[in-house]
Amino acid sequence: MIRFEKVQKSLGGRQVLDGVDFDIQQGETFVIVGPSGVGKSVTLKHMVRLMTPDQGKVWVGDTCVSEARGDDLRRIRERFGYLFQGGALLAWLNLAENVALPLRENTDASEDEIQERVHRVLEMVGLQADANKQPSEISGGMRKRAGLARAIVGKPEIVLYDEPTSGLDPVTARTIDTLIEQMRRDMGITSVVVTHDMHSALSIGTRIAMLHDGRIVELADPDRFVQSEQPEVKAFLEAQYITRTGGWERKSE
Amino acid sequence: MTVIKEVEYYPPPNNWVGRVGRLAMHACQQTGIATLLLIAAVRSFRHALTSRSRREILGQMYISGIKSLGVITIVALFTGMILALQTGIELRRFNQEVNIGTAVMVSMLREMGPFMTGLILAACVGSAITAQLGTMTISEEIDALEIMSIDPVRFLVMPRLIAMTIMTPLLSFYTCVLGLLGGGLVGMTQLGVSWEAYLDNATRFAEVKDLFVGVLKAVIFGILITVVASHEGFATTRGAVGVGLSTRRSVIVSFLLILITGYIVTRLFY
Ligand SMILES: Nc1ncnc2c1ncn2[C@@H]1O[C@H](COP(=O)(O)OP(=O)(O)OP(=O)(O)O)[C@@H](O)[C@H]1O
Ligand SMILES: [Mg+2]
Repeated sequence: MIRFEKVQKSLGGRQVLDGVDFDIQQGETFVIVGPSGVGKSVTLKHMVRLMTPDQGKVWVGDTCVSEARGDDLRRIRERFGYLFQGGALLAWLNLAENVALPLRENTDASEDEIQERVHRVLEMVGLQADANKQPSEISGGMRKRAGLARAIVGKPEIVLYDEPTSGLDPVTARTIDTLIEQMRRDMGITSVVVTHDMHSALSIGTRIAMLHDGRIVELADPDRFVQSEQPEVKAFLEAQYITRTGGWERKSE
Repeated sequence: MTVIKEVEYYPPPNNWVGRVGRLAMHACQQTGIATLLLIAAVRSFRHALTSRSRREILGQMYISGIKSLGVITIVALFTGMILALQTGIELRRFNQEVNIGTAVMVSMLREMGPFMTGLILAACVGSAITAQLGTMTISEEIDALEIMSIDPVRFLVMPRLIAMTIMTPLLSFYTCVLGLLGGGLVGMTQLGVSWEAYLDNATRFAEVKDLFVGVLKAVIFGILITVVASHEGFATTRGAVGVGLSTRRSVIVSFLLILITGYIVTRLFY
């Protein structure tokens, strides 16, 4: 469904992606992990042509995104929902208006229909009570959930999540994980999740890719990912006290 | 058209020839990108009549026009007063004080009206546009608009451009009127020129052409300020520090362009 072919990208004089290859299947939850600043957000941006590769190609279905323009690009982007790292809500609109924005601007939906759908997605992310608040009046975690509501309000086929659970308390973080898994199971939505949180990655991912030094150094399903021999992967798992059986390690005696 | 964010990166030069060349190249590149932005904004004027755009344009007219009215009033009055006083002192040596009317009227209409308005709007409105669009750029809100297939140029730049193109000449005219008033006050209180004589002298020699040149300048300044400010906003990188830097650059570049184009327009018409 989404295919990266030897994608290279340098930003600010630094080679951020250096030959990234992978192929995401329809209906899967593909998780990308890696240390901060390694290029995870950059990878996501390539999928919707917010960035274009210096070398290599990015395919969505059978269209080459990196070369799409105008209406082609619009049609591709319509298939996507994108949760940005900080929520990316417009500061002068309240939450309900923010979530309604893509429907108001791009569809002919009636006002009642819009209200109904906005209400439903806000309920899914647990923000129905805060619909009339401004983004500046709510916490970072709430902004992120509102961003998620906006990402899914247009019923996309593919949702890209940039760190959906960072900055959330563990209970809310798990409800987001549950939501992602539910959408995959019930609606067949393909998800690409960027995260540092290995617990979340192991529980919702159908496959996990580790990005390091501009390349994918490991790509496996969760069971095999925890047994990886790659030193970067081992370090990453160890840092979150995850053992090679996928269990949990106690440091104190 | 979407916003151009990715520009070529070249490693920093290590000698002064390279640095000068780089500077020139950078200036050309920025001018090019800003021009494309202007073209895209003008092309999106056809969406200006939707109800959302109309509301947005009115909102921007309020922000850019009405909110700067206080500063403009004070600056305009004093500009007229200074002009009258300066020329009055000289003219008094030839017993020609009454001619301050013409001096104030003509220089306000052609030069000082649009110039002062432009500077104030660049400092008040242009900086605000850059800071807002810059913050939106670094917090990925511009990216978010693009994903939703909402053209940031149509959504954000077009209403601001229309509002500024309308408001700058109006404010410039207001500046001229107040400047004239300030000049008259100085004439009456300091130079012994009666209000009637002052007005009569002011209107006798001023031409419609002066008014026209002033309005033309104001329109150009309004466009320049908005395009520079929006471009600098979209080009913001590197977080909050970057927003500060691009706001500063936006004001400086607007000031310079206002000075230079002001000169060129005057040169073309007189
Ligand atoms: N627009 C840009 N211009 C220049 N450099 C950029 C740009 N965007 C990203 N970078 C650089 O690319 C690298 C990767 O950035 P990216 O945002 O993808 O990291 P990340 O893996 O998402 O990290 P984090 O987990 O902190 O979000 C960073 O070194 C960053 O400085
Ligand atoms: Mg990131």
